[in-house]
Amino acid sequence: MFQNYSQPLEFTNLTSWLDAALRENLPEFWAVFIELVLVGVVLLAAYAVLAMILIYVERKITAFFQARIGPNRVGKYGIFQTVADVLKILIKEIIHVNKVDKFLFYAAPFFMIVASVLTFGAIPFGKSLHAVDFNIGVFYVTAVSSLGIIGVLLAGWSSNNKYSMIGAMRSGAQFVSYELSAGFALMTMVVLSGTMQFSEMIESQAYCWNIFNGHISSLVAFVIYLISGHAETNRGPFDLPEAESELTAGYHTEYSGLQFGFFYLAEYLNMFIIASIAATVFLGGWMPLQISGWDGFNQLMWYIPSYIWFFGKVGFLIFLSLWVRWSFPRLRIDQLLNLEWKYLLPINLVNILVMVILVLTGLTLTDLF
Amino acid sequence: MEKIKKIILNIFADAVFEEKDKLTVTVNPKELHELIRTLHANEELPFDYLVYLIGMDWGEKLGVVYLLSSSKDPSKEIIVKTGTSDRENPLLYSITDLYETAHLNEREIYAMYGIRFINNPDMRRFLLNDDWVGFPMRKDYDANPEINPVSVVSKDIIDTASRIMETPDGLKEEIVNVFEADDYIINIGPQHPSTHGVMHFRTALDGEIVKKIDIHSGYIHRGIEKLSESLTYPQILHFTDRLDYLSANINRHALCMCVEKAVGIEIPERAQYIRTIMDELNRISSHLLAWSAQTNDLGATTAFIYGMREREIILDIFDKTCGGRLIINQNVIGGVMFDIYADFQKDVKAFIPYMREKLREYDRFFSHNVIALGRMVNIGKLSKEDTVSYAVTGPAGRASGWSCDVRKYQPYALYDKVEFKEVIRAEGDSYARYMNRLDEIEESLKIIEQLIDNIPDGDFLAKTKAIIKLPEGEYFQGVEAGKGLFGVYIESRGEKTPYRLKFRSPSMALVSVMPLICKNEKISDFIGIGGSMDYVIPDIDR
Repeated sequence: MFQNYSQPLEFTNLTSWLDAALRENLPEFWAVFIELVLVGVVLLAAYAVLAMILIYVERKITAFFQARIGPNRVGKYGIFQTVADVLKILIKEIIHVNKVDKFLFYAAPFFMIVASVLTFGAIPFGKSLHAVDFNIGVFYVTAVSSLGIIGVLLAGWSSNNKYSMIGAMRSGAQFVSYELSAGFALMTMVVLSGTMQFSEMIESQAYCWNIFNGHISSLVAFVIYLISGHAETNRGPFDLPEAESELTAGYHTEYSGLQFGFFYLAEYLNMFIIASIAATVFLGGWMPLQISGWDGFNQLMWYIPSYIWFFGKVGFLIFLSLWVRWSFPRLRIDQLLNLEWKYLLPINLVNILVMVILVLTGLTLTDLF
Repeated sequence: MEKIKKIILNIFADAVFEEKDKLTVTVNPKELHELIRTLHANEELPFDYLVYLIGMDWGEKLGVVYLLSSSKDPSKEIIVKTGTSDRENPLLYSITDLYETAHLNEREIYAMYGIRFINNPDMRRFLLNDDWVGFPMRKDYDANPEINPVSVVSKDIIDTASRIMETPDGLKEEIVNVFEADDYIINIGPQHPSTHGVMHFRTALDGEIVKKIDIHSGYIHRGIEKLSESLTYPQILHFTDRLDYLSANINRHALCMCVEKAVGIEIPERAQYIRTIMDELNRISSHLLAWSAQTNDLGATTAFIYGMREREIILDIFDKTCGGRLIINQNVIGGVMFDIYADFQKDVKAFIPYMREKLREYDRFFSHNVIALGRMVNIGKLSKEDTVSYAVTGPAGRASGWSCDVRKYQPYALYDKVEFKEVIRAEGDSYARYMNRLDEIEESLKIIEQLIDNIPDGDFLAKTKAIIKLPEGEYFQGVEAGKGLFGVYIESRGEKTPYRLKFRSPSMALVSVMPLICKNEKISDFIGIGGSMDYVIPDIDR
């Protein structure tokens, strides 16, 4: 139904042209193979570039919150600062610590980064900019993103360092707890949209975003997802695992160079991933803002390409997360677990029930109007 | 005080009194504990506040000078002296059972003078390694670097403590373990972002809960007191700034006043005004940094930077006045080194309303934040009795309901001419200490407001002799620094250098109370409590 609107800046044209060209000149197998490799390369490149952009953006926004200027020396407005930092971290020596469990120690960062990249692959960045569109997309994302905790636990355990150990243990408790809430919040939305596939979820939100569609219940789920997602990314006020003022750097104290870079990169990308899942599930993903029946308006909205919509929504959510991160002091471990087990989880369980009732009795906005 | 004298004479007929501006009594070591216990238990005016504990080497005798005071009325003071002529194995009785603050101080005296205290439960050397040869503060100490070479080998920390206990069948030397055998011990410090300097807490943990803390310090000990014994008074001034560097100007004020009082220098009115204003500005900057550091310890980086932003303005004013920012070298004996600059009043007057506005912003931003409250209210409770026993002064002492502001009970400079409130809270938790500092900033602003328009014309520096010699005697001077009572004690033998110079550092008391209030708290709260105590390590490692 969206094909009616002109979409001059979409990638669809480019990708379908490429696909056609490949299939015309090569046998089926090679065409698919080349496409797979291309997608992989593009995803990895996007991963790295996004991380750099995020780090730069975070620095600038933080500086804004903190009445500072932020990076302003390397390039105009310091835009090459993160590029320089990444180069530095790439050529930095990896310090080999003698008294660590070597295998686990070196494996840990990969768990982190792999979990993060696997989740990254399932995100719909825009119309037809979607690498893997599973029919169980939500489930897949929840499952794969929870692999990261293994990296954290391994890092803390194998470092043979008491600080790291405490950090990792905290992280384990925190991650397992908040995973529950995040999962339940997503389940609430699965109930509402009746599908686990991201593409279908987005289509169903064309005229009414999920956050409005399920009104009260959706809003509650949205807030809970933001909180628990924020907690899952280990960022303040939930940054206990690496609580700088207590544990120096928590589970990654002993890491250096690129290994540390992996943790760092994964942390930033996790922030992005959480924001993009929230945007996809609650705010209509890459779908432009449309109002049923207003064709002119809708056409205007479609002139803005879908990836811009996606990154706009994600950017807004990231800004929210940064705002929280830089405003609040850190929670204590018992307070953190109280919040989850005594408040978020019970609310969540009730909420999912409410959502089921809303859907069954036809009280969602799309049903009502 | 005559009454006190009678009480003492009733029990100890052979006590020797000296007529000085403070009541001074000398007793032999055997009677010391009993005498102090009597003073401590005195009902009308209990001398329950140990202000100074000073090790001494009088040449023929090694000894200790105690300055006792009362928490009810800290302006009442009594000096108790005792000494032993045994230089090989000097033993005195500990008063740790009466005053907890004596514990670390006695350990410091052991390191510096070699005097061991009977019944002190942990008689390790404080500030020095156990294998140090010689006792540095003794007059016959051999400072030859070959005796104590710089060690490049990493040394293991030995968690055993020796002590001498009095038992029915005589003195018994024993060695005890500091920790239990299967304790999970982590080293917080000496290199740690939240110890506010090179402080080392050996911490036994039970999961996330702190079981026991063992304090190690001395990593940046510079021997300032020893160095001072060979320097003239104007030279020593520079050391005061480097103790508690956040209250640099206030510390220096103390030594200046001590010397001025001893020599009888009358300092010009204008200098008094400048000193008082600068002290208060210094106090604000110190409290701002304390506030910032505490918020940072609780994980709020943004609040930290806000505090720094306001502090910068004060540092700029210092910079314009005398070229220094943190350590400003403004006070000198006889007045101040530089007059204020032309726009000084304008700048300070612009700062006052700005700071008030920012205090409201801090309130909105942090003081009532639900997470911040959860991390501070009812955390690190310190009772009033413990406060006095540990001699915790300053904003932390006043947060436990103890009125201990030197500016009120022993006014110096212009503090008897200005009106301000002594901020006292009764809760004794981290939050009370936190709020006390913010309120004290407001009081300091009030003091500055009353003075800034009335700075009289005239000299800012009195004429002094080229070489300042203090008449023979003992001189005390206390001031209210940012962290509490900062005291100077000088014993002079009429030379241009002091015979003995002791700085009473408020931070030492603040640190010594940490093991008590952090027990059974979470490790994150240990850091938070440390922030609320606001200690500075160079102040301890004199």
